[in-house]
Amino acid sequence: MIVTQFLVIAAALFSLGVYGLLVRRNAVMVLLAVELMLNAVNINLIAFEAVIRSSQAVGQVFSIFVITVAAAEVGIGLAIILMIFRNRQSANVDDFNLMKF
Amino acid sequence: MTHLVLAVEAGAPELVSGGFFAQWAGIMLVAPFVAFLLIVFLGKRLKYLGAEFAIGAMALNLVWASILFVQNMSHGIFREENFEIASIGMFDGRALVFELGWVVDGLSIMMYFVVAFVGLLVFIYAVGYMHGDVRVTWFFASLSLFAGSMLILVGSPNLIQLIIGWEGVGLASYLLIGHYWEQKENSSAAMKAFYTNKVADVGLILGAILLGLAIGDFSFAAINEAAANHAEPLEAVAFAGGLLLFFGAMGKSAQFPLHIWLPDAMAGPTPVSALMHAATMVTAGIYLMARTFPVYQDLVGGEAARQWMVPIGVITLFAMGLLALVADDIKKVLAYSTVSQLGYMMTAVAAGGYTAGLFHLFTHAFFKALLFLGAGSVIHAVHSNNMSDMGGLRKEMPRTFWTFVIGSLSLAGIIPLAGFFSKDEILATLDHEGYQAFMWVAIAGAFVTAFYMTRAVALTFFGSYKGHGHPHESPALMTVPLVALAVPSVIAGFLNIPGVEFGGFGNFTTWVGARVVAMGDHHPEAIDWTLAAYGLTAGGLGILIGWLLYGKDAETQLARDRFEIPVLYPLLRQKYYMDHLALGMVGFTKGPAARAVDWVNTYVLDGIVNGVGGGVRLMGRFVYGGLDQRGIDMFFNGVSAGADSAGLALRRLQTGRVQQYAMGFVVGALVLVLAIAVFN
Amino acid sequence: MTFQSWISEPVNWVYLAIGGAVLVSGFRVVTTQNVVRAALYLVATLGGTAGLFLMLSAEFVAWTLVLVYIGAVIVLFLFGTMITRAPMVRDTGLDNPKARPMAAVLSLILFVVLSYTMLTAFGSTEIAQVGEGTDTRILGEALLGRFVLPFEIVGFILLAALVGGITIARRDLTPLEEEERGSV
Repeated sequence: MIVTQFLVIAAALFSLGVYGLLVRRNAVMVLLAVELMLNAVNINLIAFEAVIRSSQAVGQVFSIFVITVAAAEVGIGLAIILMIFRNRQSANVDDFNLMKF
Repeated sequence: MTHLVLAVEAGAPELVSGGFFAQWAGIMLVAPFVAFLLIVFLGKRLKYLGAEFAIGAMALNLVWASILFVQNMSHGIFREENFEIASIGMFDGRALVFELGWVVDGLSIMMYFVVAFVGLLVFIYAVGYMHGDVRVTWFFASLSLFAGSMLILVGSPNLIQLIIGWEGVGLASYLLIGHYWEQKENSSAAMKAFYTNKVADVGLILGAILLGLAIGDFSFAAINEAAANHAEPLEAVAFAGGLLLFFGAMGKSAQFPLHIWLPDAMAGPTPVSALMHAATMVTAGIYLMARTFPVYQDLVGGEAARQWMVPIGVITLFAMGLLALVADDIKKVLAYSTVSQLGYMMTAVAAGGYTAGLFHLFTHAFFKALLFLGAGSVIHAVHSNNMSDMGGLRKEMPRTFWTFVIGSLSLAGIIPLAGFFSKDEILATLDHEGYQAFMWVAIAGAFVTAFYMTRAVALTFFGSYKGHGHPHESPALMTVPLVALAVPSVIAGFLNIPGVEFGGFGNFTTWVGARVVAMGDHHPEAIDWTLAAYGLTAGGLGILIGWLLYGKDAETQLARDRFEIPVLYPLLRQKYYMDHLALGMVGFTKGPAARAVDWVNTYVLDGIVNGVGGGVRLMGRFVYGGLDQRGIDMFFNGVSAGADSAGLALRRLQTGRVQQYAMGFVVGALVLVLAIAVFN
Repeated sequence: MTFQSWISEPVNWVYLAIGGAVLVSGFRVVTTQNVVRAALYLVATLGGTAGLFLMLSAEFVAWTLVLVYIGAVIVLFLFGTMITRAPMVRDTGLDNPKARPMAAVLSLILFVVLSYTMLTAFGSTEIAQVGEGTDTRILGEALLGRFVLPFEIVGFILLAALVGGITIARRDLTPLEEEERGSV
């Protein structure tokens, strides 16, 4: 195996995540796309760890951290979306334009 | 800075730069001013009300001047000390330098001596005369002011300082003539003196400017050297400048027609008349002419100017003498006599007799001051100025009488008194320079002089007393100066006998000739006895006729005095209507002339100014309205409007939608990455 | 390494299979119009990712992924979806049509740039074969040894997320209810 094959997959997943981020109208869907991107990052980290093979498995440790933070972030994000939904009865990001000029 | 001698031509005087007394001669100029300040601040508390300071300063000056005089006898001194006060750069690279300082040379030493000698004696006299009078302290302060200004004038190394001193003595004269200003005529007399002198000062200042700017230097040394070298720039302005300076001298030295102030100046206290209006201040004009003598002697323009100066001097000499014949006030007699003698001096100097004019100035100072002080003594005793209130005083006031007689004889030019020698030298000058006609007028003037002086002596001291009370001799404080002045009135003439010199000490001619350039006047080898005889005859005739007419008892005197020659008498009484002329000129200036000038000012000058102002206002309006409001403001409005609309357009970016922001920075990040990738 | 040699290894076949699945699922996550399906597709993606991790000798991380992500996060998502009453049927309006072309282009460019960069940078760096796996003891020691500080911080983050989530999503009590409850 060469490392590039995993990096390419990661890149592809990342790009898909960006696409989803920019295109999706539902706030929850946007968060899903963000999860995709984080996942791609994880693949990168593990792949490089496999190349380096550090004595303390740094890449993998880092990957654990990423997963944990992603989970926390999802929790908060959903809470916020919930509140907005309660206020505005809509989860459509197009409607979240209070910061408009 | 010290100027040293530059011998210009052969025969130039051999001069030394003097010693300590010449170097510090400025103390003489300053001492009276110090006395002035001391008198003003401390005078009132002193026993003699400040006169102590005045007399002290004059005594110091007399000692100093005497030392310089003696030093000048053996070896002519020339020394100048200057202090540069200001310097103005001129267009052509030269600089006009304004300096103050003092000059010590033959002419100024002579003047220092005269001022100090006569001044000291008059001051001492004044202590007695002004005893119990009003404002004595201020009187002595003004006298000190005068003395200081006079010394500044005669000690000035340049025209500017001379003008300063000139104005100073004019101020002092005003203050002193108007000493008894409670009477309106006294303050009017002071004003008349001041105005007349002011008119003359225009000439003085213009002349000074002309001469000074012509050679770029106002100092006398430079002007005289330039004149002696026939310098071209000075030659060009010599006529105008010389006449203008003479015009200034006419005012101060009371030449016809600017003499009108001197008789009225007799309103001041007699010591003032003695000091200022006989011996010193009025001689300032003669001094100026003597100081700038090379300009008149060596330059063509100057010689041309002299052709105008001599006639004026002669007219003054004769016409004013006639006026003395009809004056009742003894001081007026002496005043007209002074004017007449000033005419003599001016005629002499204008005719080229530098030494003659100065010698007469020298002797005249002594006997005229003597005569005035004597008159003051009489006035003090009789409490009246008019000779019709006097008479027969020779018994009660012997010292006054004898000194007065000595002075009168000297004035009349009787040998061997001083006046004879000085007057004879003037006649000799006129004869030598070719002014024979004027010489005869001067001889006739000698006759008139003797005549009016005999009249005065007779009316005052002979006959019987016509006044009130019991006059008695004046105190010693007043008679001692009389005696002291009588001495030089007798012997001063021997100082300048033509052809006679005192061993290695020269005579008056050499002393006064110690100048930076040679004066070039004619020095007679011996007395011309023919001329002397004419002068003596004229003088003797005058005395004789005067005695015949007036040497009688009181009744005849008065009767004869009241006798009026038809046409001549009113003319004389009205002083040739000169005062009316002067008043008329003043009236014209006040009236039509002033109105005309006002019209020009209001319509022409103000019209121009207003027009310019209006034009500027229009331009301002245009600039404001057109350029500023529309032009510039539109530009700025446009800029701000542009910023406004740009803002309006750009704010559409702020949609508030996070996804669009995200799109934005993904795009941006990609652009950056691509840029790096491509250009790397 | 040439493509021939690469394709001949069995490991890479497995890789291709899992990778393909991951890609397809990922694609479906962002293009499906159904919210629930999107979440489920994400589950598939994450599962495939776990497989890839296993191939790379990162067992612990793989199972952590399954547990945390699939087990908790996705469930969270499904809950959130249900609560926000997102329509569970096909919804044409799930995508922003205006943004689609632009976003597609952008992501394509992004992919190309990233891949190209990595290809040129890492080329044919080889990885050791699927082998021993990583000793979990090493991970534990690392977490509580060298990385203890980030470990604690992440703990704080989780705590903050917990508290924050509750606080944010709380229903505002009316004053009456507050009084009744006797507490905030």
